[in-house]
Amino acid sequence: MTSVGVVVFPGSCDDRDALRAVELMGAEPIELWHADADLRGADAVIIPGGFSYGDYLRCGAISALSPVMSAVREHAAGGGPVLGICNGFQVLTEAGLLPGVLRPNASLRFRCHDVDLVVERASPWLPDTQPGDVLRIPMKHHDGCYFAPPPVIGELEAHGQVLLRYRSNPNGSVNAIACVTNRDGNVAGLMPHPEHAVESLIGSTDGRVLLGGLLGLSLATIRFHDAPKAPA
Amino acid sequence: MRVTVTVRPKDGILDPQGEALRRSLAGLGHAVSAVHAGKVFDLEIEAADEHQALAIADQVAAQVLTNPLIERYELAAGSEAAA
Repeated sequence: MTSVGVVVFPGSCDDRDALRAVELMGAEPIELWHADADLRGADAVIIPGGFSYGDYLRCGAISALSPVMSAVREHAAGGGPVLGICNGFQVLTEAGLLPGVLRPNASLRFRCHDVDLVVERASPWLPDTQPGDVLRIPMKHHDGCYFAPPPVIGELEAHGQVLLRYRSNPNGSVNAIACVTNRDGNVAGLMPHPEHAVESLIGSTDGRVLLGGLLGLSLATIRFHDAPKAPA
Repeated sequence: MRVTVTVRPKDGILDPQGEALRRSLAGLGHAVSAVHAGKVFDLEIEAADEHQALAIADQVAAQVLTNPLIERYELAAGSEAAA
């Protein structure tokens, strides 16, 4: 069974929803602690939402320096999939695993509502979707304004690293960018919360798309690692 | 040895906090045309001399205290905290 590690920092608050969503998706959830030195064998990693380290200094800045992030970095460098959600997105940008930075919303308001995300392109992160499809997923953040200098944005767009855009930009993000990946495509981050949108009882199940993408990428990685090795 | 790190938003970067302050000040009738909000860190550094203290502060400021995409910083050695 595919296993997904969810990193818990002091001040994380969406880790339990993420662990539960992983279980609902049929994978094994593994709780990881920020002081851990390794990923306890997880095939994929979710950096969940919250207010790690009280958002001191800059959102995600102190978490990016925590011991577990060295293991996450190594996992990502080996092609392992990593999904950052909300504060997790902020952590991944501060850790240098994703380009750009999340700034205070242009409105300076904490925005908490469902948001429509338009699929920009076909990607393993977005199984069974077409460009133009809309995913409705809740968002709840104060610092979700995606920013990068124009040359970086140009590269992101040119290399197909933008997966989702806001239909109606809720936070002032450059080019209405909602979800980006690293150049290799195995690390992705977004401010809205797919782990809060996995059960029809409480609304949308569109969050299952990204979580399914994470699991699909894990399987691809596992197949790669488990491929028969040439005899010594 | 004390080194003070002053962090400011880079020029041209949208600063919604500064803009909100500017609007509030205008509402109070103050003739303030722009506000840029930053941060100040006083570091007490164990160093042999000012040169070494500044070098350590520079490293700390560049690696941790600022995000170079949106912020710039200045260092000042030996300044005292306001009484």
